Amino acid sequence: MNAVLTAEGLKKSFGAVTAAANISLAFDADTVVSLIGANGAGKTTFLNMVTGYLKPDSGRVVFDRRNIVGLSPRQITKLGVSRSFQVPQLFQTLNVRDNLLIAESIAGANDPQAATDAALARFALKPYAHQQAGLLPEGIRKLLDVAMALSSRSKLLLLDEPTSGVSADEKFAIMDVVMGAAREAGVTVIFVEHDMDIVGRFAGRVVAFYDGGIIADGTPDTVLRADSVRRYVIGDEVPHAAA
Amino acid sequence: MSNILPVVFDGIAYGSWLFLMSAGLTLIYGVMRILNVAHGSLYALGAYAACSFAGAWLNGGLPAAGSFGMLLLAAIVVGGLVGPLLERGLLQWMYGKDEVVLVLVTYAVFLIMEDVIKLVWGVDSLLLPEPYALPGNFSLGGLAYPVYNLLLIGMALVTGLALVWALYRTRQGKLLLAVIHDREMSMAMGINVSRFYLATFTVGATLAALGGALTAPTVAVTPGIGVEVIVLAFAVVVIGGLGSLGGAALGALLVGLVRSATVRYWPEAELFSIYAVMAIVLIARPKGLFAVQEARKI
Amino acid sequence: MKALAAAAVAFALLIALALLAPQWLVFMAMLALAKGVVVLGLVVLMRTGLVSFGQGLYFGIGAYAAALLSHQWHIADAAVMLLAAAAAGGLLAALLGLLLARYRDIFFAMLSLALSMILYGLLVKSAALGSTDGFNLHARTFFGIAFASGMERRVFLIAGSACAVVAALMVHRLLDGHWGRLASAVRDNELRVSYLGASPYRVVYFNYLIAGTLAGLGGALAALAVGHVDPETTYWTTSGEFVFIAILGGTQSIMAPFVAAAIFETLRTIASQYAPNVWQMSLGLAMLAIIMFQPAGLWSLAERWRRSA
Repeated sequence: MNAVLTAEGLKKSFGAVTAAANISLAFDADTVVSLIGANGAGKTTFLNMVTGYLKPDSGRVVFDRRNIVGLSPRQITKLGVSRSFQVPQLFQTLNVRDNLLIAESIAGANDPQAATDAALARFALKPYAHQQAGLLPEGIRKLLDVAMALSSRSKLLLLDEPTSGVSADEKFAIMDVVMGAAREAGVTVIFVEHDMDIVGRFAGRVVAFYDGGIIADGTPDTVLRADSVRRYVIGDEVPHAAA
Repeated sequence: MSNILPVVFDGIAYGSWLFLMSAGLTLIYGVMRILNVAHGSLYALGAYAACSFAGAWLNGGLPAAGSFGMLLLAAIVVGGLVGPLLERGLLQWMYGKDEVVLVLVTYAVFLIMEDVIKLVWGVDSLLLPEPYALPGNFSLGGLAYPVYNLLLIGMALVTGLALVWALYRTRQGKLLLAVIHDREMSMAMGINVSRFYLATFTVGATLAALGGALTAPTVAVTPGIGVEVIVLAFAVVVIGGLGSLGGAALGALLVGLVRSATVRYWPEAELFSIYAVMAIVLIARPKGLFAVQEARKI
Repeated sequence: MKALAAAAVAFALLIALALLAPQWLVFMAMLALAKGVVVLGLVVLMRTGLVSFGQGLYFGIGAYAAALLSHQWHIADAAVMLLAAAAAGGLLAALLGLLLARYRDIFFAMLSLALSMILYGLLVKSAALGSTDGFNLHARTFFGIAFASGMERRVFLIAGSACAVVAALMVHRLLDGHWGRLASAVRDNELRVSYLGASPYRVVYFNYLIAGTLAGLGGALAALAVGHVDPETTYWTTSGEFVFIAILGGTQSIMAPFVAAAIFETLRTIASQYAPNVWQMSLGLAMLAIIMFQPAGLWSLAERWRRSA
């Protein structure tokens, strides 16, 4: 197989807390992988190490056959790794269109204006184009955050909880738009998610984190059913209350 | 050795004075996140008030030793009146604004107070030599040194210790530390943050006025004396790390010693040296000596 | 296109003023222009989210560069002075910017202030440069052409206007496009800028460079107007004045710095005549009023008025 991103023996600790205990993972091109795990299990730390925000204590991250450990987020982004954030990182005082225009211009689109219009359409953001980013509802902020990440040069898209803070009935709609756009762009997607319905629906592969390590890795069916995952990630299933 | 001693003593005396100035500044920043440009005006007000108070005392033919008490009284009156006036009347409406905007707000206050001082006290120099001359001199390495400088060092020590005691040994002080640490959480836990802001600003203002009042006997009090002081105090506070009391003490001592050394060995570089120290410290430690670097969580 | 037309009108008006106005008004206009140019640079920085309390550093460098040309090397050509001053400001900013571009917020403001105070400390103590008194400069020609006495300043105002108009147009072009949006982006969220693949450091650095160059140019213009330089040009109160004018005008328009500087100089002239003791107080009150009621600057008032008209 042809791996887009490979992590080899990543270790990171903050004082006595181990955020990554020897993590090795390979991600194949054109797949959609979900990272699951309780808060503090090390999912975001993994994204932060891959994108250069945190430097691992040891280990390698290979992207496009090149070790990217030690590069800055900016340099890694330029190589084609882009990401969205748990708390959307927007240009609050600018409108939605300008947010995207900046992203496309930095990414070096041939025609940034046209690329921006295309992105607005792709992410169903046209009705909000002239609204200030700081005043948008959370779901739209999430979409805009992803839309900015998925600019013309991304090869690998990392999404940190793309549906957190969004109401349950909006989640699927947002993920449909995001995944549709990602497929269209032909990028590999790694997303951190807490909602197992979303994971089961959109991921082709699931990696479960626990305490800085990986406790399960495979298809959604196998991983979501594994005992360790049910105990440490999903928690004991509570019978649904009668609706 | 006899060469070094006076330089060190001068440095410590100057550093003590700087500490009085910067302790209030760093305290206000630490609690309220306001880098108070008007600190220089409060200093000037303290100096002018000291001239008025002590002048009246001496003119009344009262015992000259009492003029020291007048210096302190002047500082307390200025801090106790103008501090709350500024905090309640203006600053409390500005909380939550950007730190740089708050600098501009206090810069505006500084401009206003400069003229207020001129309107109240006029533009002529005021002199108050008595408290400085009264205690006489003592001999240090064969040179005569004013005892007044010892008083200054003593005041700085007392002030510093009192602040440390108040912050770390009293209930109110510990609550204040909680406010500094996390304002929202403190409010949620029922701490009356607004009252702490008022108290902090008043104490800070009093310290600035005290710095001015204690300086008044050593200089000619003229319009604009606060202008230079404020940037000096900034330099000290920034060197130490904004909001750190210990940093202010260390910064004051460092700047004091550097200044006295340059005055002695390379007088042309006096002002230059102070800001050069600041620039060098900031290059090495972008947030000052005692500040903790915080990483943004994403 | 609209900007070009506005620039042409402004330039024509300034030429008319330079040729027809009494000497005192020419002098005032030159000072306003000089400050406007400095504030234009400050506005570029403010668009990036940074306030420099030390533009007096470059203002002073520009003024002293021009004056030194006249004093040390007996070069009395105003064009050379203006170019040299802008270059001196730019060069120094290129050097110090390497350091300052790492700082933000209050630290940027205070470190820039400290750097300007270092220069002040040097100038005050340097006997060769006249210490606190400074020294005079004489500019008699422009591009080698000599003018009748009394005409020089008028010609310099025209030259200064040309510089200012060109600078304003360049800044307008720059801020109107991608670079301007990028500056706002850096102001709003540097993390996102990095994660889009651009360097906030580089944006801050170049905008600092622009601000330094413009302040250097402004310094020379002021020196030509006054015919004298002294360390006060680098003092923090001078820098504070620039910040005040920037706040007064706001950062919305390229015209705002010049209009605000003109208002400022006019008021100052009036105040120094009739109410020298409440001048600073008025400034302070005006500043508070703007921060509280018109944070986007007076220019936004004009905009609103124009839109409703």
